[in-house]
Amino acid sequence: MTTLSTGRGPAGKAAGPSLTSVSAGRKVKDRVVQGLVYLAFLLALVPLVSVLWTVVVNGAKRLDPTFFQFSMNAVSGSDKGGGAYHAIIGTLEQVLITSLIAVPIAVLTAIYLVEYAGNGRLGKLISFTVDVMTGIPSIVAGLFVLALWLLTFGFDYSGLAGSLALTILMIPTVVRATEEMLKLVPNDLREASYALGVPRWRTVCFVVLPTAMTGIVTGVMLAVARVMGETAPLLLTIFFTKAINNDPFTGPQASLPTFIWEQAADPSQNSIDRAWTGALVLIGIIMLLNLVARFVARRKAPTGR
Amino acid sequence: MAKRIEISGLHAYYGGVHAIEDISMTVEPRSVTAFIGPSGCGKSTFLRTLNRMHEVIPGARVEGKVMLDDEDLYDSSVDPVAVRRVVGMVFQRPNPFPTMSIYDNVAAGLKLNGVRRKSRLDETVEESLRGANLWNEVKDRLGKPGAGLSGGQQQRLCIARAIAVQPQVLLMDEPCSALDPISTLAIEDLIEKLKTQYTIVIVTHNMQQAARVSDRTAFFNIAGTGKPGKLIEIDETSKIFANPEQKATEDYITGRFG
Repeated sequence: MTTLSTGRGPAGKAAGPSLTSVSAGRKVKDRVVQGLVYLAFLLALVPLVSVLWTVVVNGAKRLDPTFFQFSMNAVSGSDKGGGAYHAIIGTLEQVLITSLIAVPIAVLTAIYLVEYAGNGRLGKLISFTVDVMTGIPSIVAGLFVLALWLLTFGFDYSGLAGSLALTILMIPTVVRATEEMLKLVPNDLREASYALGVPRWRTVCFVVLPTAMTGIVTGVMLAVARVMGETAPLLLTIFFTKAINNDPFTGPQASLPTFIWEQAADPSQNSIDRAWTGALVLIGIIMLLNLVARFVARRKAPTGR
Repeated sequence: MAKRIEISGLHAYYGGVHAIEDISMTVEPRSVTAFIGPSGCGKSTFLRTLNRMHEVIPGARVEGKVMLDDEDLYDSSVDPVAVRRVVGMVFQRPNPFPTMSIYDNVAAGLKLNGVRRKSRLDETVEESLRGANLWNEVKDRLGKPGAGLSGGQQQRLCIARAIAVQPQVLLMDEPCSALDPISTLAIEDLIEKLKTQYTIVIVTHNMQQAARVSDRTAFFNIAGTGKPGKLIEIDETSKIFANPEQKATEDYITGRFG
């Protein structure tokens, strides 16, 4: 047993490694690294808590029923009252349309990449393209839709145009998230299903997807949260309006980010208050959607480990 | 129900690697055939060629003939999905579907192949769970998740799931290697019972198990790492264990190997 201790510890100790004493050096290292980890955690938390706190404190002032019931139609920047009804409607419609277009495309792409592509050329090409798409700045997506949809095809500003720009931003994040989740599904389950004589597509639909569902929903929600806060592409494709426009397919529509942008640019304190409340409502909607999605996903999650 | 399998001149490859070489044998219906041999000798690979699960792995391919009664499984007109409905498989690690209840796990093979009639499903689920000696343990909690059962119960659940689609042949790839002796005994009793209806092929590392459950035993070996696995001999289990033809078989069985 003495040979075990030759690698470490003072040469004089011949009795073998002791089980009780940890060397001082290791203890110090342990403490230092532990301290660093906690420090990094706190540092990361500071801006997050600070942002949330500021938004809650400043946004609470105008968090009243009026804010949810009225638009800014015929309300000037310095007036009290006014609300974001038009912007909330706009954002919800735009993000809904975006999700309806982007999620199926993205999930099917991920399924292709994980379940069908193997090491093929096409799979690699798609994977590379998705990587490139992840890096597209949001304003470029907006300019693309502006150039193609509005200028080339001649359509007018509309919520749909904005959704198209957001779709470009949403697809790559959902593809990546879904891909990771599908890769986590153990191969055993696929084989178990194949061994029952179940064709591949049914295996994907009824075994692989349900197993990965929780993770996919989380990925989709993160992507929704991301596109909900986009401003620049919307200004180029939907423009903005102070009035209520319930139809996302014709004419300029408001949205929460552009509402915040517009209100914050006005020097009047009343407008600035509205901007803060807009920000608070936006965060609130995202959190609410997250909770709902988690609740739905949990009911379908794999159970009883 | 049970069918005879006749394998002739079978080779299997993983990409460029020659995994098993020139195997010919006959697997008799309504009996248990055990495959024994050291790790990496191609037993599992060979087993997987019998229901075309081998080709699920990218780059894997097979040469040779596998006749199920008078149909060649590797004929170009044969659909591998259809083959797997006739030749079922139970895996080394119990792998119930984690999102499904006990009931749905057993019904999965039927449901995923389009059977919707509740009465038919109920009937098959009970029959299969009784067949797998699991009915009495789970009949009051069919709606509970399958992953909540113990390891041995999960493996019997997987067997129930496999027999629910009424295959002709049941392949078992070390079905007891992750189980304790009591659960192993339960599975062995089950195999004894199932062999009256099915053709059973079992891969095992446990030679006592092979001696206990099988009627015929095949011994596989490799010449060295990187070399393809070969069938050394196949015969009645009693003969293989008492008086094998080949020296290598005797050495392996008596533990004098290598």
